[in-house]
Amino acid sequence: MSFTREFEIVGGDFASAGRVSTEIKAMLRGIGYPPDVIRRTAIASYEAEMNTVMYARRGSVRLGLEPGVIHLVFADEGPGIPDIGLAMQEGFSTATDEMRERGFGAGMGLPNIQRNADRLEITSEVGRGTRLDITVLTDEEAGR
Amino acid sequence: MTDPVGMSLAKVREVLGCEVLVAPPGWESVRVEAGCGADLMSDVLAFIKGGSLLLTGLTNAQTVRTAEVADVRAVICVRSKRPDASAVSLAQELGLPLLATPLPMFEACGRLHEAGLRGCTEVPAGGARGNELHQGV
Ligand SMILES: Nc1ncnc2c1ncn2[C@@H]1O[C@H](COP(=O)(O)OP(=O)(O)OP(=O)(O)O)[C@@H](O)[C@H]1O
Ligand SMILES: [Mg+2]
Repeated sequence: MSFTREFEIVGGDFASAGRVSTEIKAMLRGIGYPPDVIRRTAIASYEAEMNTVMYARRGSVRLGLEPGVIHLVFADEGPGIPDIGLAMQEGFSTATDEMRERGFGAGMGLPNIQRNADRLEITSEVGRGTRLDITVLTDEEAGR
Repeated sequence: MTDPVGMSLAKVREVLGCEVLVAPPGWESVRVEAGCGADLMSDVLAFIKGGSLLLTGLTNAQTVRTAEVADVRAVICVRSKRPDASAVSLAQELGLPLLATPLPMFEACGRLHEAGLRGCTEVPAGGARGNELHQGV
């Protein structure tokens, strides 16, 4: 069994920001993954989706399901991340006042993704865009 | 040991004098197992446990979205803040109880705690893996 589905994300579109992650979560629930796996995947997905909305012009996420593994690949066209190590630090944020008023900009998004995923790979090119490869293992005995 | 965990939303409403803005069927008997007060959504996602109650001063739709993502069972807007129309309609769509209290954040959290609702670090297990709390809904 293997399944993929792609979703578009529009940069700056705060009105529907998070919709894709809600949809992914509902799909995973429908399939019947363990609640813990669903929650971790949804949180990682939502943080990545919000970053795409906040920082990029446009992006997409590809959801891939294989036995034992959930893959999420976020790819965006945007400013890129100059220093990924710095961006990964809790509290580092370049969010604008407008984003902070909406409750974002704690600088916790990428660390949250790291915590909830079993594997996270970030690649980025300044001036072009950013790609996040997120892996969640779905077997309950997968060591979490 | 045999104390029932958490608090019903009916009790929460009584303790905080809440107005109920979104009331999905059966909302009064929904139990929240811990409470969390926060205005930063990534903090909520980092620290709140599944099955909890979120108290917040934010009023936009992202609050409801964040709650849904983190398996939060209900959202309370503090200090009589009116949630945006988009937040109300999203809560309706997702079936998430949404309430408002006239109390400011500190007092709302304090009264719930005094009435027996625990904080997210005071209940067993959880964090990113707090779904034990989510069973028996
Ligand atoms: N897709 C992206 N494109 C460009 N820059 C990004 C992207 N994702 C993250 N960043 C940069 O990395 C920083 C840290 O991201 P992170 O998600 O950890 O925190 P935040 O978005 O600032 O705040 P929070 O997620 O807590 O609301 C961001 O402020 C931004 O500068
Ligand atoms: Mg972020």
